[in-house]
Parts: sequence; structure tokens; C-alpha cells
Amino acid sequence: MLSKSQAKWFFLGGTIVTFLAFIILSWWSLVQDVPKQTHPENLTPQVVAGKHLWESNNCMGCHTILGEGAYYAPELTKVIDRRGAPYVKAVLTSKSAWQPRGRKMVAYGFSDHDAEDIIAFLTWIGKTDLNGFPTKPSYKSTVNTN
Amino acid sequence: MKYKSQKVAYWFFALSMLLLTIQLTYGFIMGFAHMGLDGLHQVIAFNTARAVHTNALVMWLLSGFMGAAYYIIPEEAEHELVNVKLAYVQLISFALVGVIALVGYHFNYWEGRKFLEIPRPLDWLVVVNVLTFLGIIVMTLVRGKKRTTTSLVLTMGLVFAALLYLPGMIWFDNQTLDSFFRWWVVHLWVEGVWELIMGGILAFLLIKITGVDREVIEKWLYVIVGLTFISGILGTGHHYYYIGVGKVWLIVGGIFSALEPLAFLGMALFAIVMYRRGEKKHPNKLALNWTLGTAIVSFIGAGLLGLAHTLPQVNLYTHGTLVTAMHGHLAFWGAYAMIVLAVIAYAMPNLTGRKLFDTARGTYAFWLSNIGMLGMTAAFGVAGVAQVYMERKMGIEFGEVQKEIQVHFLVLVTCATMFTTGIILYLIEFVKFGLPTDEALENQYNNHAKANLATNQ
Ligand code: HEM
Ligand code: HEM
Ligand SMILES: [Fe+2]
Repeated sequence: MLSKSQAKWFFLGGTIVTFLAFIILSWWSLVQDVPKQTHPENLTPQVVAGKHLWESNNCMGCHTILGEGAYYAPELTKVIDRRGAPYVKAVLTSKSAWQPRGRKMVAYGFSDHDAEDIIAFLTWIGKTDLNGFPTKPSYKSTVNTN
Repeated sequence: MKYKSQKVAYWFFALSMLLLTIQLTYGFIMGFAHMGLDGLHQVIAFNTARAVHTNALVMWLLSGFMGAAYYIIPEEAEHELVNVKLAYVQLISFALVGVIALVGYHFNYWEGRKFLEIPRPLDWLVVVNVLTFLGIIVMTLVRGKKRTTTSLVLTMGLVFAALLYLPGMIWFDNQTLDSFFRWWVVHLWVEGVWELIMGGILAFLLIKITGVDREVIEKWLYVIVGLTFISGILGTGHHYYYIGVGKVWLIVGGIFSALEPLAFLGMALFAIVMYRRGEKKHPNKLALNWTLGTAIVSFIGAGLLGLAHTLPQVNLYTHGTLVTAMHGHLAFWGAYAMIVLAVIAYAMPNLTGRKLFDTARGTYAFWLSNIGMLGMTAAFGVAGVAQVYMERKMGIEFGEVQKEIQVHFLVLVTCATMFTTGIILYLIEFVKFGLPTDEALENQYNNHAKANLATNQ
């Protein structure tokens, strides 16, 4: 039977090996993948300003981005593709709560300038290569209408 | 209780219970908002309610872990805590930072990073606070007579948890990097070092409750925490599938995270086998319920419901939907909420000297909260699966889908009411115990009968 000291070495050995593998893989990802998939060269001061606004207003407290956040409001990684910048600008600058389908967004009433920063951030992130997320709906409608 | 300084644990438990009530209150606000009843929108918008709900959760669990450590470490090390006054200072400062953060969320004072909403200036206060806590625990171990595996695993978990808080404090311009390192905190906490804390507390409770030989229990503790790290560290990859890093994570994350349930299965078997083997039957039935309960429910919530969406082929569709909320609830409840409630149920009679071991109220608290939480999990699950099919597979508008699934939130709120009834009963028990007292101390001059019990407690 397994002894206590063997059990201890299983723990220590397993931890060290997987930890090292994790650090190496992470490092590889940051050096190889991030430059290719996220286009850091396009991180202009305007995009960064947009990220600051995104965080300081906790947009992630209702929406998801990269699929992370809350489930109260739509996923926004590809929102510029989906809606276009003018629509998004109207939402951000609206002085009353935006509620196209009844559910309310906070009425931020951003200035044009701030709204454009956020749009720059969303435009940048929309170009990230996310390995196929979010999926294009695969459903070909054959709805029975009789 | 064997050491006077263990009394400080009571106040951490009390703070924990207070934060729990706050968490549940804000949970209801969100449940109603999902039903379309958003009357509080102007005052407490959804993002405020959510930040309070999840941060109060993390804070009450941490307060519970700290209380558990202040209770367990003196007993395991056979030494009073080295500085009790400092422990009270640490308690009060922890509560203050917590209150400032929760109040701040109502005034747009936060950082919109899921689970890490505490603004960076406050993060530094958290760091100082946790270092103080760790200082007291580690010094007690150093001065103590014994350094048991149980106490070492618990302390290791607490130290690593503190270290892993740091990557979450760095600013990144790139959202992908932000997310990458956010998971070093969130994932490596709940699927890594917190499992050490859970395992340590579980081992302590099993030693006390079942009377099984410490050597046997601690051997299996090593195996379980070994499985945790071997699967959980590389399992972080299941959060890297779709955030802008390479496809290698689809394979690495998929394989290793699919192994993570083994650690929770280990935890469940460990508790059940030790309970069966134990000859002494400890009179504290409620503590036993919660101890076995946490081992089993964590396997369902974290292990099985985690496995349900961890493969990349599945996660491509479920990522960032209510399916995640389904899993998040039962996993946090089973693994971390229940272990805190277990250690409180075990420690309270010893701290206060009142042997409320097997009350009807305590039993109802256990069953109502657990059945209520299973119902909530089912409600989130049905809503989530429906959302995945309508939104992700068929391409129906987000808002339209949300209207279709509103009814499941009526079920959620109903089950949450049952759950909360259970928690209220638990809180009543907690209050009935009264305050900790030195009269509950079992000193070496006590008579034989008491000494016998003491070896058991
Ligand atoms: C009164 C009972 C509760 C209700 C009504 C409730 C409701 C909710 C709702 C509606 C959400 C937000 C989902 C979204 O973003 O749209 C949420 C999030 C969350 N709740 Fe609760 N909750 C309750 C109790 C609990 C308990 C007891 C725990 C843990 C033990 C918990 C842990 C969480 C977690 C971890 C999240 C974040 C989930 C994620 O982002 O995936 N909740 N809750
Ligand atoms: C007690 C342990 C666990 C807890 C408390 C827990 C809790 C959570 C929470 C709160 C989230 C949402 C995180 C966020 O979006 O920021 C999450 C996500 C996730 N968990 Fe767990 N979890 C646990 C264990 C596991 C295990 C063992 C597995 C796999 C077998 C797993 C698989 C996942 C996956 C795949 C996601 C990502 C969901 C998505 O893509 O939206 N979890 N977990
Ligand atoms: Fe994870």
C-alpha cells in the first residue's frame, strides 16, 4: 500500500512538474500567440482610454466580453460588426435608459469623445482571433409552418 | 475548545454570517431583475447588485477560512495564537475594507473585472491585512509544538491564495492579457489553492468527528491535493480556449480540466470512507451532516457540472451563458460555502460550551438550504441550456431569448426562497449559541469524563 511519504512525493512532484509546464506554456502563449491574435500594435491611446472607461463603469457587470462577465446583457466582443458604430454611439450617449427589449441599460450619457474611445476599444477587440468564438449560428431553418 | 485564543474565530464567523445575508439580499435583486422586475434599477443597477453579490460571497468565505484557521491552528500546533490583539485588529480592518468596497460599488467606485472589482488602492489594504493574518498563523506554527500535515496543507493553501492575489492587481492595456492573468486569481483559487484550504479543514473535521487515525487521513489528504494541482494548474487552460490565445490550450485545457473532477471525487470518497471506518460516533450530528455534505455536493457542483461544459466543443457554445451561472452556484455552495458552514457547526459548541448538537432547527437548515440550492441550480441550468440553443445555435436575438427564459427565474426565486429559509434557520442557531466564553475551555485539571470527550473534540 501507498505510504504517507510516497503520497507526499506524489503531491510535491506532481505540483512541480505541472507548474513548470504551465509557466512554459503561458510564456509561449504570451510571446507567440498574443502578438498574432490580438494585434497589440493597434492598441492606440484611444483604445486604452476606452478600456479605462470600460473598467471604471463596470460594463462587465451586465455584459460579457471575450465571453466573460455577467449574463444580463449581450456579449459585446463583436458588437461593432453586428450593429455598426453609429448604433453603439447612440446607446452610449443616450441620456435615458436604453431598453430596446424592455431590459434597461444604465443611462450613462457619455460625451461624444468618451463614446468614441469606447467604440475604438470595441473595434479593436472585435478584430481579436478567438479560435472561432462566438459561433455563427449553424441552424438552417426548416420550421414547420403548417 | 482547548486554547483561549481560539475565541477570536467566533468573530470571524459572525462577520462571515453578516456578509452572507448581504450576499443573498443582492442575489434576490438580480433574480427579480432577470424576471423583468427591475424597480431598483435607478438606485441599485444590475452591475452594482452583481458586484455586491459575488464580492460579499468571496469575503464571507475568506472570513470563514480565516476563522477556521484561527480555530484549527492553535489546536493542531498545540500553542496559543501568538498575538490575539493583532488578530482582532486584523478582523476589524478586514471588515472595514469589505464595507468600503461594498459601499463603493453603489457609487461607481470599482474596477469592472469580474470577481476582482475591488479598486487597486483598496487591494493594497487587502494585501496588508492578509499578510498580518498569515504572520499570526505562521508564527503560531513556528512556535507551536507540532506541525501536522493538516495544519501545513491549510497554511499552504492560505499562503498561496495570498500570493495568487497579486497577478490580479497588474494593469494591462490588452484585454486578452487582462483576462489571462485574471484567471490566475479566479481559477487557481477555486480549482487550486482553495481546495487545499478545503482539504485541510475537511481533514481536521474528519479526524475530530470520526476518530480515524490521523496518519491514514493525512495520507489521503496528500493524494487529494496532489490530484488537485496535477489537474487544476494546467486545467486553467479551459478558460483560455476563446480569449485570444493559441489553440494549444484547447488540448491542454481540455484534457487536464476533464481530470479535475477526480480531486473532488477523491474528497467525496475520502469523507464517506472515513465516516464508515470511524468507530467513535461524535455527538455533533449537524457538523457531520455538513462535513459529508460538502464533500458530496462539491463533487456534483464542481466536478460533474464543471465537466459538463469543460470540453472545448461544448464550451464553444456555453461559454459566457447562464450555464456557467448554474455551475458557479452549486460549485461555490458545495465546496466552499458548505465547508465554512461545517467548521462553524463544529466549532460553535466548543467555543460557547452549549451542546446544541442535534436540533430540529439545525437539521431543517441543512436540508432546506441544500434542496433549495439544487432547485436553483436546476433553474439556472434549464434557462442556460435553452439560451444556448436559441441564441448560439439558432441565432435568435439576445433580448428575445431572455424574454423566453424569464419564467425560469420565477422558479429560481422560488427555490432561492427555500434556500434562504434554510440559511435563516442556520443564522438563528448561530445566534442561539451565544458568545464564546472561557468557561468552555477544557483544561488539564478537568475530570476524566471531560478529558475523554476532549480527545474526541
Ligand atoms: C438567494 C439566493 C441567490 C440568488 C437569488 C442568486 C442569484 C444570482 C443571479 C441572478 C446571478 C447573476 C447571473 C447573471 O450574471 O446574470 C448570480 C451570480 C452568482 N451567484 Fe448567486 N444567487 C443566490 C445565492 C448564491 C449563493 C449561496 C452562492 C454561492 C454559494 C452564489 C454564487 C454566485 C456566483 C459565483 C455568481 C457568479 C456566477 C457567474 O458569473 O457565472 N449565489 N446569483
Ligand atoms: C469548487 C470548485 C469550483 C468553483 C467554485 C467553480 C466556479 C466557477 C465560476 C464562478 C465560474 C465563472 C467564472 C467567470 O466567468 O469568471 C466557473 C467557470 C467555469 N468552470 Fe468552474 N468552478 C469550480 C470547479 C470546476 C471544475 C472542477 C471544472 C471542470 C471540470 C470547472 C469548469 C468550469 C468551466 C469550463 C468554466 C468556464 C465557463 C465559461 O466558459 O463560461 N469548474 N467556475
Ligand atoms: Fe476553472
